Amino acid sequence: MDYILILISAVFVNNIVLAQFLGICPFFGVSNKVSTSVGMSGAVLFVMTIATLATYLLHQYVLVPAGLDYLRTITFILVIASLVQMVEIMLKKVSPPLYQALGVFLPLITTNCAVLGVAILALGLENVSLLKAVFFAISHSAGFALALIIFASLREHLELADLPKGMKGVPINLLVAGLLSLAFLGFTGLV
Amino acid sequence: MAETIDQKQNFLKGIVKDNPVFVMLLGMCPTLGVTSSAFNGLGMAVATMFVLLMSNIVVSLIKKQIPSKVRIPAFIIIIASFVTIVEMVLEAFIPFLYEQLGIFIPLIVVNCLILGRAEAFASKNNLWSSILDALGMGVGFIIALTALGAAREILGSGSIFDFKFVGEDANTFILFILPPGAFIALAYLTYIFNRLTTKTAK
Repeated sequence: MDYILILISAVFVNNIVLAQFLGICPFFGVSNKVSTSVGMSGAVLFVMTIATLATYLLHQYVLVPAGLDYLRTITFILVIASLVQMVEIMLKKVSPPLYQALGVFLPLITTNCAVLGVAILALGLENVSLLKAVFFAISHSAGFALALIIFASLREHLELADLPKGMKGVPINLLVAGLLSLAFLGFTGLV
Repeated sequence: MAETIDQKQNFLKGIVKDNPVFVMLLGMCPTLGVTSSAFNGLGMAVATMFVLLMSNIVVSLIKKQIPSKVRIPAFIIIIASFVTIVEMVLEAFIPFLYEQLGIFIPLIVVNCLILGRAEAFASKNNLWSSILDALGMGVGFIIALTALGAAREILGSGSIFDFKFVGEDANTFILFILPPGAFIALAYLTYIFNRLTTKTAK
């Protein structure tokens, strides 16, 4: 039951992009085409899950026993940055087709605050366990994928719209994201 | 390095021409995430400006010692150290703000504005130019976040810097302090900013 609640809460109610404002940069940056947004979502799912797994273990078995909790930010960002590099190198070797699909997005992910954000948020869960933390990360990346792909499909249509001067580009994208976020607000109270 | 950079322009570019929020769209997560009131926006922007200033100073001082292959990880460590300092200082002295900003304080590390300035400016310019660049960008960020926070607070809770100017039972646009309001308010602020800057450019 706990796990179903985490999933619904992460995907719909507290959507990581539209309600918690994490990962806004890729949300606006790579959402101009549906195909790139699918690639980005895959890369985020991959990195976020591994990163949360690694940071959870690091926090639980190294930082807390050693009383170094305050080094959380520094160590987490280092782990994530090196992990992204490692994943990139391994994918290149092990699975070239997957690397072809995700490769260009991987370096961008280091500065995706959603990855660091979820890694930190996962530590604050009730009765947190390794499985729960990883499930939390997977749910949040599903939420990210949903928001990103919907937004990319909307933006493909915006290209054709006739807009007032000055509204083109950034302002209209923000406005559309606002309306999308408003739609997701309707899920409040579901959990 | 190029001593001939016009220092006044160097400072001012961060406020109008290359405003980090309205023009360059850097640091969007905290911009949208914490601006439910003017005070939160200001607090976040000042914390970010401090980290930006310190990282620009350190990066420009040791830019010759950093091998170019590992410069990004090196910058990230420098930034993360200052973020940890900010985190501890806020927790100790302004616990109220620390609670309000929450997750967004450690996330200053991944604010692309700071890494962006370290990479694009401080690693190529001297100390004095880097300080001015950080101050200009910081002030631009403060203006943007405070304006957005103020707009959302006025519309959403009928107050400004926690000073309430409508009656207790007055209806306000609650929407604006909820997440969608952040996107919508920033959309119109960017629109207004665009119109104003294109007009002055003519």
